Amino acid sequence: MILLLLIIIPLVGGFFAWLYGRRSEAAPRWISLVSLLIEQALVIVLWFRHPASGIGPGAWFADLQWSWIPRLGISFHLAMDGLSLLMVGLTAFLGIMSVAISWTEIRERVGFFHLNLLFIIAGINGVFLAVDLFLFYFFWELMLVPMYFLISIWGHENRTYAAIKFFIFTQLSGLLMLLSILGIYFVHASNTGVYTFDYFSLLGTSMAPAVSFWLMMGFFIAFAVKLPAVPFHTWLPDAHTEAPTAGSVVLAGLLLKTGAYGLIRFLVPLFPEAARSLVPAAFVLGVIGILYGAVLAFAQRDLKRMVAYTSISHMGFVLLGVFAWNELALQGAVMQMLCHGVSTGALFMLVGALQERIHTRDMNVMGGMWERVPRMGAVVLFFALASLGLPGLGNFVAEFLVLLGSYKVSVVATSFAVAGLVFATVYSLWIVQRAFHGKKRKEWAISDLSLREMALMFFMIISLLWLALLFWRSLR
Amino acid sequence: MLGIGFYRDHVTANLVTLLGLAVSFLALLMVVSWIPRQVTPLIIEDQYAFFYSGLILAATFLTAMLSYDYLERLPGDPEEYYLLLILAALGSVILVASSHFASFFLGLEILSISLYALIAYPRSGERHIEAGVKYLILAALSSAFLLFGMALVYAKTGTMEFTRLASQAANAEGPVLLAGLALIIVGVGFKLAVVPFHMWTPDVYEGAPAPVTGFIATVSKGAMFALLLRYFIGVDVVSHRSLFLAFSVIAIASMFVGNLLALLQNNVKRILAYSSIAHLGYLLVAFLAAGSFRVTAVTYYLVAYFITTLGAFGVITVLSGSEREADDISDYQGLSTERPWIAAVFTAMLFSLAGIPLTAGFFAKYYVLLAGVGSALWLLVIILVVNSAIGLYYYLRIIIAIYGRSGEKRRSPAGGISMMGGFVIAVLTLLLVWFGVYPAPLVEFIQKTAGLLG
Repeated sequence: MILLLLIIIPLVGGFFAWLYGRRSEAAPRWISLVSLLIEQALVIVLWFRHPASGIGPGAWFADLQWSWIPRLGISFHLAMDGLSLLMVGLTAFLGIMSVAISWTEIRERVGFFHLNLLFIIAGINGVFLAVDLFLFYFFWELMLVPMYFLISIWGHENRTYAAIKFFIFTQLSGLLMLLSILGIYFVHASNTGVYTFDYFSLLGTSMAPAVSFWLMMGFFIAFAVKLPAVPFHTWLPDAHTEAPTAGSVVLAGLLLKTGAYGLIRFLVPLFPEAARSLVPAAFVLGVIGILYGAVLAFAQRDLKRMVAYTSISHMGFVLLGVFAWNELALQGAVMQMLCHGVSTGALFMLVGALQERIHTRDMNVMGGMWERVPRMGAVVLFFALASLGLPGLGNFVAEFLVLLGSYKVSVVATSFAVAGLVFATVYSLWIVQRAFHGKKRKEWAISDLSLREMALMFFMIISLLWLALLFWRSLR
Repeated sequence: MLGIGFYRDHVTANLVTLLGLAVSFLALLMVVSWIPRQVTPLIIEDQYAFFYSGLILAATFLTAMLSYDYLERLPGDPEEYYLLLILAALGSVILVASSHFASFFLGLEILSISLYALIAYPRSGERHIEAGVKYLILAALSSAFLLFGMALVYAKTGTMEFTRLASQAANAEGPVLLAGLALIIVGVGFKLAVVPFHMWTPDVYEGAPAPVTGFIATVSKGAMFALLLRYFIGVDVVSHRSLFLAFSVIAIASMFVGNLLALLQNNVKRILAYSSIAHLGYLLVAFLAAGSFRVTAVTYYLVAYFITTLGAFGVITVLSGSEREADDISDYQGLSTERPWIAAVFTAMLFSLAGIPLTAGFFAKYYVLLAGVGSALWLLVIILVVNSAIGLYYYLRIIIAIYGRSGEKRRSPAGGISMMGGFVIAVLTLLLVWFGVYPAPLVEFIQKTAGLLG
């Protein structure tokens, strides 16, 4: 029941936010905040009730199954294990952050904005909890529409283009996944005579290698677009750059994670043999993603676009970790998902805060702002260091584990990936250098981070440190 | 049997029409226990026919309600409009229940002839007349094709009853029969507006009054498709190489042409016209699938398509003014700030056409894919998937306009939305969301009625 609440609360909250959004501007903000805080509280309760759940997939401790369309073997089936719990926790946390960061940024159609934001949260929670393949696809599609609205209504200059591109990319790849889902459904039915979309029943479906490979490709393309892996990444810089701050936080922090989650939860368990045959290709794509993302990040003038490209680089590690498919690498991949969510989310929030003040994201205009906004500079430095993988912070642990794991599979790929860490150092420090140090291009008359923003950043920093500690503990 | 129910309503007012339709609908429910029975060799009243008759009557009912305000705003007498509408519905009902070439042709002609007049009903505008005449000429031509095809098939097989035709066709191969079937496909294809028989669609959609356009898009096409399905259910399309090839080519061409041409349009009615071409292409994919999912998939898709299309044209209708219709994209610019509810409804309809979750269209598309994958029509389903991605673009264009900043030219649409129009749209939206969230009852119902055919 608590699983259903996790999805219902944001839906209801979003609806009321929209309803009261016409009367006052503040109401939707408070409603959203409260509903997400309840959500977070639920997650924390679950966390303490099942402390030993670990981070790996597989130990299910909550389950809810209702019949939905029995004739087709579709049921409303939610379940939770350690992995889903962590992801849902991240969703609630970043949800709160994105509501809070939009407090002053969004002034138009506030109610509708929060409706969309909370519906995305609900959709993402659904994705993390669904264990019926059809239901999973349902939520997978459902979260796209509000995201599309978020970008196309409240985005920046080139928002229409970015929104449509995002939508078509994800929709097309999603439909390919649907074909694969239907394929495995029929294969299972012809093996056993039972028509079902249930994840647990479909696990271990035996099929011919060629069939298995093509069905897996359907899933792989969908997840690779979301992740994004390199040839499918072009929607990402546009969508991230044009989205409003909350949209970027949700995109980078949560939406990309659904792709990684899909790989871990569905692709590898459903098609273990075929996935093994994909390992070399996935490794190559992962390494290319790491290096290519980093190089492109370095070449950007637009601060937000730059952060977007670093996401591609970081998600390359996730791809590497998932396909190395051993305990260490998998833990690293999950860790990377969480830490990247927090650190990149924070960077997007900072860029958003900066843009709200100086109305540009062009790094050639910035420079020398440290003395005006020391607090902001320091926080940016912190997250830049986190993102480059400074030991002691979560991202370091994550990338280190991934590299350890993938080293066992391919030494060459791992060596190239390590080079990515060097690039990460360069572009991360470059952010701080160009925006905050360097020559002062004009007299900045801007205010430093407000109390609200500092509080948010405080939470982000704490959670990043906590994640690092948590994982060191779980490793022991 | 149903015909008598209709002819009693030789009266003119809207209410009587509605009442008549409602009575016919109830009659359907009352006689449901007597079926299936063959009424003369011409008409078969089985579960399948009843399901589609009900669907047609309901759609006509809603069209009649929508038309009321629209006609109020037009100069001239509105009475005959309802007569024509009911006649068209009668033709469609005959079509879905026919089991013989004669009734097939009769139903088709009753439908078409009423439609000529309906399209050109507002006699004031040039566009309406042009559309009517265009439809008249092309429909007459296609009827001729159809008749000739029927004659050829009859000459070869010696029967005009569908059931016997099917068994005859299996063992009587040959160029004459094939030519006959090809000509029938041309005739049917014209009605369905599939490529390459689609030329009339955009002009007629644009020229006809919005409620009539909705009617053509749903009732006329739906009835025809129901007939096609009944006719070919005996003939195993999938195993018939040349037929399968012909339908596949038509389906693929319809999907691509419909979606690609829709990208270039600025007129919402024309966009919907091209999108309907593409939708018929999707339907043909389900039609080509073998096995138990075929009839259910087609029927579910048609129900969803009826709801969505009627809803979309309903919105256009209620937004239309007395001088011109709200059919340009710029008419929708900033709709969401001015009329949030209507904007939300229209968005829902467009999302349903695009097949996005929480709408009936999502399950419809899913069902078609299910049927396609079930019979391993990989090429067709992949083309379908690619096309729905292309299709998204033009639906999103309209949606972006709706949620864009309301700007410069905002002179058209009329004032308030009437009770009746609002009611129709609200009902359709509720159905849309209901079938999009919990389609199980509808699926059950279809399997128990129309599904029996397969």
